Amino acid sequence: MTTLSIPVPSRPVHPTGVWGWITTIDHKRIGILYGVTAFIMFITGGLEALYMRAQLARPDQELVSPEVFNQLFTMHATTMIFLAIMPMGAAFFNYIIPLQIGARDVAFPRLNAFSYWTFLGGALILKLSWFFGGAPNAGWFGYAPITGIQYNPGHGIDFWAMSLQVLGIASLAAAFNFIVTIINMRAPGMSLMRMPLFTWMTLITSFLLVLAFPVITVALIELMFDRFFGMNFFVPAKGANPLLWQHLFWIFGHPEVYILILPAMGIVSEIIPTFSKKPLFGYPVVVLSGAVIGFMGWMVWSHHMFTVGLGPVANSVFALTTMAIAVPTGVKIFNWMGTMWGGSISFKTPMLFALGFIWLFIIGGLSGVMHSSAASDAQQQDTYFVVAHIHYVLFGGSIMALLAGTYYWFPKVTGRMMNETLGKINFWLVFISMNITFFPMHFIGLDGMPRRIYRYSSEYGWDFWNLVASIGAFALAFAILVFMINVIRSAMKGEKASADPWDGRTLEWSIPSPTPEYNFAQIPTVRGIDPFWAQKRERVPVAPVAGGSGEDDAHSIHLPQPSYWPFLASIGLFIGAYGLVYYQSIVGMTAGILGLALTIVSVYAWSFEPVNDPEEEH
Amino acid sequence: MAQAAATQHGEHEETTTGLNHRKLLMWAFLGSDCMFFGSLIATYVVYQGKSKVGPFPEDVFSIPVTSVSTFVLLMSSMSMVLAYAALTRGKMKAFRIWILSTAIMGMTFIGFQVFEFRDFANYEVHIDCAHLDVEKLTEFEKTFADQCADGVEEFEEQHGLTPRTNLFGTTFFTLTGFHGAHVTLGVIWLLSIAFHSFRGGVRPETNLDVDLAALYWHFVDVVWIVIFTVVYLFGVFPGI
Repeated sequence: MTTLSIPVPSRPVHPTGVWGWITTIDHKRIGILYGVTAFIMFITGGLEALYMRAQLARPDQELVSPEVFNQLFTMHATTMIFLAIMPMGAAFFNYIIPLQIGARDVAFPRLNAFSYWTFLGGALILKLSWFFGGAPNAGWFGYAPITGIQYNPGHGIDFWAMSLQVLGIASLAAAFNFIVTIINMRAPGMSLMRMPLFTWMTLITSFLLVLAFPVITVALIELMFDRFFGMNFFVPAKGANPLLWQHLFWIFGHPEVYILILPAMGIVSEIIPTFSKKPLFGYPVVVLSGAVIGFMGWMVWSHHMFTVGLGPVANSVFALTTMAIAVPTGVKIFNWMGTMWGGSISFKTPMLFALGFIWLFIIGGLSGVMHSSAASDAQQQDTYFVVAHIHYVLFGGSIMALLAGTYYWFPKVTGRMMNETLGKINFWLVFISMNITFFPMHFIGLDGMPRRIYRYSSEYGWDFWNLVASIGAFALAFAILVFMINVIRSAMKGEKASADPWDGRTLEWSIPSPTPEYNFAQIPTVRGIDPFWAQKRERVPVAPVAGGSGEDDAHSIHLPQPSYWPFLASIGLFIGAYGLVYYQSIVGMTAGILGLALTIVSVYAWSFEPVNDPEEEH
Repeated sequence: MAQAAATQHGEHEETTTGLNHRKLLMWAFLGSDCMFFGSLIATYVVYQGKSKVGPFPEDVFSIPVTSVSTFVLLMSSMSMVLAYAALTRGKMKAFRIWILSTAIMGMTFIGFQVFEFRDFANYEVHIDCAHLDVEKLTEFEKTFADQCADGVEEFEEQHGLTPRTNLFGTTFFTLTGFHGAHVTLGVIWLLSIAFHSFRGGVRPETNLDVDLAALYWHFVDVVWIVIFTVVYLFGVFPGI
């Protein structure tokens, strides 16, 4: 490589402390950063929810104004989907995938760091809107034309749109990275049909991300062009059809639902066989069901639009595809039950959360099938029944599985066990209070209570169940507090974990806890599904590859070096996007241009920076 | 499959499929970009013929002019292929000539686009009242036919097409603008490679750097073929 013509600060070699975290390109550290950030965002989204539940606890309350209430539900949903569940999934992708496929890092370590910092920038843009110019208020789906400049002159929608664009860049970069990592960096012998289920679901999720995010990117570009430059994409007076937004949004939005749930299914598919001491029942069928869900997820988007008036033919087709997509989901549930059948089940905390996932996801799935009938959906549209449904699949589904995954992999990450007693208390608190919060919403929903209203009158008869739901919400907050206490306490003085505390099946349990910096001292060889079980039970060794890197000792393993450029590129995106929110002012535009220029320069310098500086090695 | 492939060597590192990481990344990116342009083209098609005021496609498009720029862009794909072929054979001089001519043709295309955008923005309705033949006027021009009162030789009025004018302007400029941005990025990329090659940074062994740029360039070209057909040809010959 030739030297760069622009002056470059010397590359960080072995930075420590904060600099170490900022310049890190280690997938494990990035995974931890993702997890911690996403959990903080989860707390903020939870506080927004509590605020709403406090307002709705009694009829005719005036704790918040309708304007603030609109901002609260928009921010709650956007936060939970884009800033909490998706990045929590990304945390597990980052930490676990290279370990499960027997790799020392992801394919593009610097791109991975860029993904995280860009995600953080997007998250800050959204969250800071509370303090600078008002939060977005048009719902997480931001239907046109209510997001248009005419009806929404403030900056809230600009914050929302710019933040989602930045988050989209982060998600796309991460998804490209994981596609390449999983396809191209598997240990010798790990064919596709020997990959762990979590790796499989990550691969499918990454494909969904790569194909779905460009659609929302285009929709948001059109919205921003309308707002910034006075274009006509969603202006009915100029002949535009606001339904275009709904189609584009849900063509993204429905695959997005599977982006949120497939990683959860992957985690559960790892935990249930481990704690049943049986291989996953029907492995190829579970893989195939995941792939079918990923594929069919593209054919159901209009079931979000049954009441729009697309006509009986479109409604029937989308009702049928929606009913059909329940089949592969059901197949997975039967496979999990088949795995447990006849197994020697140990009810450790990860298993409890995984079982809770199955229960709650079935309830959410059943109410989902109820919505799939267009006629019945017409009654449920925009009522609390739908709110109950999405919380059963996203809290009961995704969050339960992510908590299960945290308890399961915590020893591998920290080298310490999570407290089991506190864990069991944690599980029952979450499980019970979750049902107290969201089950009553089925009743008030069928009773006709609309979503997104900031208060209701006592005469409708919704008082009691609203109060129950609000009490449940605060209990749920307490349950999450117990989880936090358990994580912090266990990380500091939990019992030391062995390399393989759960009698694990997959490669990550074959290496020490906590994971060494280089992951695998010797790259393993895989001869079947559940390679680590095979090694332990049938004495099939996870042998190193003959020759080459297998004989390296830990000190001579080549690891990619840290870099400043991904961080700087993300900073540029953050400044640029933040500036563009204030596109009318000179300062905003200048910041926008300078920020994007910083990103371009950083990416350019990054592309000329070798993965490893030869002169600085050893 | 994986076992057999694992022994193969990628450019620098062993990979499961034998395909280089960066090449796989590029393919994934192009798949993603397909959805990006797909959504923009879908928006254009959905709003085709929905504009409430003119000018409309048949008023502003000049198929001969755009055919020339399309031809230039297609030829640039060919010179890109020749550049890559020259590089793999170690013919560095030919490589530099072809990669620079690819970039120049890309810039020519952008030049045409800038010219075209300016032309559309300055569009004038022009009716030759002395030899008025209403049948030959476009829909938009017909709305001005009654301006030809007695004694008016010709009628002219400024009706520039901008992104704000109507749905056609909004969707047309956004779609072709994003394509133009892709071409511009490609030109910068090609010029960077050319610049790098003069400093000895591009060698036959590192042809992957050029291969990736070529993939991108061909993709942007293919997208233009779709845009030229759907936007320009269908816009002027709606009967097709």
